[in-house]
Amino acid sequence: MKSEPVVSIRTYALVFLTLLVFTALTTAIAFVDLGGGWNNVAALTIAVAKAVLVILYFMHVRYSDKLTWVFLGAGFFWLLILLGGIMEDVRTRPSLSPETASTAAQVHAR
Amino acid sequence: MSKVEVFRAHHFDDPEQQHAASWIGMWVFLATEVMFFGGMFAGYTVYRYWYAQAFASASNHLDVWLGAINTVVLIGSSFTMALAVYNAEAGRTKALIWFLLLTIVLGLVFLGIKFYEYHTKFAEHLVPGSSFKFEGPLARQAEIFFSFYFAMTGMHAVHMIIGIGLLTALIFQAKRSRFSGLYYTPVELTGLYWHFVDIVWIFLFPLLYLLGRHL
Repeated sequence: MKSEPVVSIRTYALVFLTLLVFTALTTAIAFVDLGGGWNNVAALTIAVAKAVLVILYFMHVRYSDKLTWVFLGAGFFWLLILLGGIMEDVRTRPSLSPETASTAAQVHAR
Repeated sequence: MSKVEVFRAHHFDDPEQQHAASWIGMWVFLATEVMFFGGMFAGYTVYRYWYAQAFASASNHLDVWLGAINTVVLIGSSFTMALAVYNAEAGRTKALIWFLLLTIVLGLVFLGIKFYEYHTKFAEHLVPGSSFKFEGPLARQAEIFFSFYFAMTGMHAVHMIIGIGLLTALIFQAKRSRFSGLYYTPVELTGLYWHFVDIVWIFLFPLLYLLGRHL
């Protein structure tokens, strides 16, 4: 067990300020039309950056052993499989969409 | 017998091993929490892909400013939680208790704002169900957006309430001098939980409040 703090107050304060700046930035960007889906990209990139800061510093992962990284990585890797697998299916099979399905059913009923 | 010995369960070799086991156990739990919220995020993503237009216009019925203020409040509570752990590490019990209290207060402010938002949604008939009212042909699809809104923010709020309960328990334990610079594992692990709940909101805020403004 350590009796010395892992992260300095200065570092915590810097991370906190950066998180506030990111929050202001993402809110401001939402009011500007970047077009072509870039608003989504910007908002999610900033969200990921904020999450990384919280994980590395507030949750001490930067100063933790490799096993912690393995479990953290496993969580997000499985999330990626979940989102990636489902969206790949949804994107490439339009017949899955409720809209298409109901239209198909109507055509069939006729 | 040293004070460290007192807090060591008999099946562990030493306090370091005991701490490592608790620490990694908490991370395993958080990984399952990622999966739990992941299911809702996946459902949201699929319906947003199908009903982009309806989700955008429904999203505009949420108050961006209340969402942004709540984001700041929650990030602030993560900061005070981090400082609580910092003081636990340094063995300063008084400061630890104050920062735990501050974290609870910020958590309650967040829930208060959330409660106000829910109240306005009920008043505006935007709660899914028989009284749901939404202008235009996309009403049914907008209702699905609000189902996700209430399910996701509701489950997030439940996590906050549990977190506030844990923080309250920590304050009572700290008052009974349960923690020292040599033993503060419960404070550290509750901190991990609190930061996790913060991260969930960091994603909920853009997905629910912001993404609808421009496709």
